[in-house]
Amino acid sequence: MEIAVNTKGSKYHVNEKGYYGSFGGAYIPEMLYPNVEELRQNYMQILGDPGFQQEFAQLLKDYVGRPSPLYLAKRLSEKYKANIYLKREDLNHTGAHKVNNTIGQILLAQRLGKKRIIAETGAGQHGVATATVCALMGLECIVYMGSVDIERQAPNVARMQMLGATVIPATSGSRTLKDATNEAIRDWINNPVDTHYIIGSVVGPHPYPDMVARFQSVISEEIKQQLQEKTGSPYPDYVLACVGGGSNAAGAFFHFLDDEQVQLVPVEAAGKGVNSGFSAATSQLGKPGVIHASKTLLMQTEDGQIVEPHSISAGLDYPGVGPLHAHLYETGRARFLNATDDEALEAAFELTRLEGIIPALESSHALARLKDLNLKPSDVVVVCLSGRGDKDMGTYIKHMQK
Amino acid sequence: MNRIDQLFASKQTGILNIYCTAGFPALEDTLPVMTALQAHGADMIELGMPFSDPLADGPVIQDSSTRALQNGMSLKKLFTQLKDFRKNIHVPVILMGYLNPVMQFGIEQFLQQCAATGVDGLILPDLPMQEYEQEYRPLFEKYGLHLIFLVTPETSEARIRQIDALSKGFVYAVSSSSTTGKDKDMKGQQAYFERLKSLQLKNPVLIGFGIKDKPTFDAACAYSNGAIIGTAFIKAVENAKDLDGTIKQFIQSVK
Repeated sequence: MEIAVNTKGSKYHVNEKGYYGSFGGAYIPEMLYPNVEELRQNYMQILGDPGFQQEFAQLLKDYVGRPSPLYLAKRLSEKYKANIYLKREDLNHTGAHKVNNTIGQILLAQRLGKKRIIAETGAGQHGVATATVCALMGLECIVYMGSVDIERQAPNVARMQMLGATVIPATSGSRTLKDATNEAIRDWINNPVDTHYIIGSVVGPHPYPDMVARFQSVISEEIKQQLQEKTGSPYPDYVLACVGGGSNAAGAFFHFLDDEQVQLVPVEAAGKGVNSGFSAATSQLGKPGVIHASKTLLMQTEDGQIVEPHSISAGLDYPGVGPLHAHLYETGRARFLNATDDEALEAAFELTRLEGIIPALESSHALARLKDLNLKPSDVVVVCLSGRGDKDMGTYIKHMQK
Repeated sequence: MNRIDQLFASKQTGILNIYCTAGFPALEDTLPVMTALQAHGADMIELGMPFSDPLADGPVIQDSSTRALQNGMSLKKLFTQLKDFRKNIHVPVILMGYLNPVMQFGIEQFLQQCAATGVDGLILPDLPMQEYEQEYRPLFEKYGLHLIFLVTPETSEARIRQIDALSKGFVYAVSSSSTTGKDKDMKGQQAYFERLKSLQLKNPVLIGFGIKDKPTFDAACAYSNGAIIGTAFIKAVENAKDLDGTIKQFIQSVK
């Protein structure tokens, strides 16, 4: 296991200025410049350091439980008449892919001499993954979470608190993920020296989208090796992953970006329908703009005010998308699809009954689009099963009672 | 000559710049607030263009933005309100806001409207220096608008020099590493203010963030050409019944 460092010459990876095509950059107020600049100047050197790589790989193996299995889902494959593999990020410690990134960033924060860790969280998965690594390393941890989300994700709030984190409600704006991110950024402005901000997705100012993508790139690195062993070729025909901000998709796509024979299929949350007014399908509904210091596609009013998205899964409930994904959309490299709340629920129950795996609602969005790919029996399809469904039992129970 | 430059040419100390969110407390209060600010002795006016996600601002200014947006404020509406403001208002006026609404309006169209209505300068905290230099500088210059950049206690001397070289009008010195409206002690910032003063920048310097009353205003003025008050002013007017009287009293309490 090693972190991808050399991506020069790629059409799809970040360039030296921090852009993916016309997207990305660091649209930060001056108050954040020293923090972000410190990261920008140091992250590649730290990531490339053999000692860092070794510690990262060791923790991913012994603490997270990597490599996560690549499982040939037989009954699912029979149903969709293709060879469907599930990348089992749901089996990671803490239950999702988020921990790959928090392990990487906590090691980076230690090397930068930071004593205090802040994070934002929506559903609480990234908050839990951050609180977990802070407990592991004995660092102070503050997690910002929208007060609306605190109410609907009580078990994850309790997990973070048990892990020793302080959970601070974001009470501004719409009181969800976007506002939790605002509050975390404000905390960083107010604590510029001793604090590291662990962003949970491939969003925010450069170098975050690239740094988070590199930590998550372990997903596609393993997929390649595992497919080689199982099929004799490292290349699948399709890779599917759900996209909110897009970190599991960035990780699952990373090592295939320049292999254009591999079809990349990000699946966004359509909520109650793309045009229902209750959706989070950013590539369909967004226009270029600046959110959380990154130029990307985002859902906004005609006047440039950011719009509150909707999805049944709190992890996809974000009005923007990482700049890498905006670039993949603009260039046509990836084929963006979306799934509604109901389709995601249906796919979650289907996987549970066919394979005995209860997936997270987020990951279920990707599963929901298997039926639309016109698959051939010889096709090799990898679906990134980004998380497990324990956190969604409340929603699943309600659905069963209908 | 730009009105900001005219002001600093005639007055070098104790300049009072007051921030208020456009369309606040009520939608049509923009001009009455500006008129009262000028009448009661503000030297400069900073008008906030409300945004849903103002990252550099604390809760008071964010709440004022939310209220202004609920009132129906938008850039289109703002330029309608500002159409004839130069008939009565002569002090320099700066628009402060975040990049996204400006991008959606169209940057050139926005600058054109600023110039046409009589706005003198802009503060866009999330427009980085590099972007400005690479993409936008000629446009700002074409329309004669000054873009004002921020420096903070964490800004290195080399970068302060770069910012000074690129700035027009004045340099905005953020008093402490914070969002707006944080109650941080001004005394702790003396070394930073002295360092800034000793750099002898080509631009005048106004200090902002945490300036809320006469003692903090005087403390800031001791090291700079003046100061900017935002949060304290918003708090004073948010529930004001008599806007003009409240503004008069507020300015008298500071100056």
